Amino acid sequence: MPLRSFKLVFARDLRIAFRRVSEWGNPLLFFIAVSGMFPLALSPDRLMMAAGEGELYGLQSLGIGVLWMAALLSALMGLDRLFLSDVEDGSMEQLVLSPAPLLSVVYGKLAAHWLVSALPLIFLVPILGIVYQLPAPALAMIAFAVFLATPTLTVLVAIGAALTVNIRSAAAVIGLIVLPLCSPILIFGARATVLALDGDAAAGPLYLLTSLAFLAVSLGPIAIAAAVRVGLE
Amino acid sequence: MSPTEATLEITDVALTRGERALVAGLSFSVGPGQLALVTGPNGSGKTTLLRTIAGLAAPESGEIRYGGRPIAALEPEERGQLAYQGHFDGLKKDLTVEENLLFISKLRNSSDSVSKIMHGVGLSAFRDRAVRHLSAGQKRRAALAGLRLSGSRLWLLDEPLTNLDSAGRELVASWIGEHLDAAGTAVIATHLAAGLERPGSMLVEL
Repeated sequence: MPLRSFKLVFARDLRIAFRRVSEWGNPLLFFIAVSGMFPLALSPDRLMMAAGEGELYGLQSLGIGVLWMAALLSALMGLDRLFLSDVEDGSMEQLVLSPAPLLSVVYGKLAAHWLVSALPLIFLVPILGIVYQLPAPALAMIAFAVFLATPTLTVLVAIGAALTVNIRSAAAVIGLIVLPLCSPILIFGARATVLALDGDAAAGPLYLLTSLAFLAVSLGPIAIAAAVRVGLE
Repeated sequence: MSPTEATLEITDVALTRGERALVAGLSFSVGPGQLALVTGPNGSGKTTLLRTIAGLAAPESGEIRYGGRPIAALEPEERGQLAYQGHFDGLKKDLTVEENLLFISKLRNSSDSVSKIMHGVGLSAFRDRAVRHLSAGQKRRAALAGLRLSGSRLWLLDEPLTNLDSAGRELVASWIGEHLDAAGTAVIATHLAAGLERPGSMLVEL
């Protein structure tokens, strides 16, 4: 039964996502715009002087930071809809009252959301990395680190979304709750990418990202399910 | 749970919304084949009562039991015996009528045929139409088709006749009749009891 209801909700949310392309497409376009436009505001010659070492090093290390922040911000966009749309049309009430365990419903929703919002990001990040002239090992590493970071990110943002289903204009509040909590993935993710840029082993921060992902995916949905239940009262 | 046990008992329940007390000392019980009509003016707590019975909110004090067990402690299968239809239709606007009903039917492990029920509510011609393109009354019909699919024994309906035309109202009334004849139980909140009243139905005034 838990697996069945997981699959049902997962398939339902995917189907809805394919009919509402703008809802998950806009954050991706936002990511492309922000990380693509950032170099226009920089003076490359000064960056090179400041960096001293390799000519490109300044641009590259700045680019890593920009890519991670832009990915983070795009993950926050439009996420207030994750549970709100189900609460507004009453289908969340029906899901909570159905025989299906709420936890598997939450996992189904999160998995569908991860697939449409995070998976494209994993492919977009290295493409935008070319703008910052990142070398191939750093491009591969940033894609892999984003892959490890997105489960945690999805769960954190979903906690924010579930806690704010009753609040009007929740998007800003979600940002305030979630952004500080995202700092570990930002630190470890950027660190892994910089290490790869330097040609060093990046196993340490990757282990930490992985353990954070397991922690978030195993415990986060319990908090989300509780928050959704309280939000309906 | 045998049918004789499946009684909804409400004992000395008090309800509040925000800081405001709505109802105090409310007690009644409805058994198989019985209908309770909850009436009262706007804001008297009909919706809050139904949501509380469904387990979506906790009562301020008092006890709500179904089949002898507190509503909050029901096992998933027992919870499936209970169906709630609130002000919202509970349908996804981007999915078609058929997709919505198939989802409900699978979620509820229903054995009823979705196409038969769509035919029953007169939505066969709209099966492939997204719910967002339906009229308010058609949405209500689709939502009630979902309720019928649930196969639940206890129906909790909040103003089920809203937006329905006279044929729709008759249809709902006949469904409620069939449900009660099959030893089902129903609690219906409405500010207009006319059209739903049946011989032997209980009137709960808030």
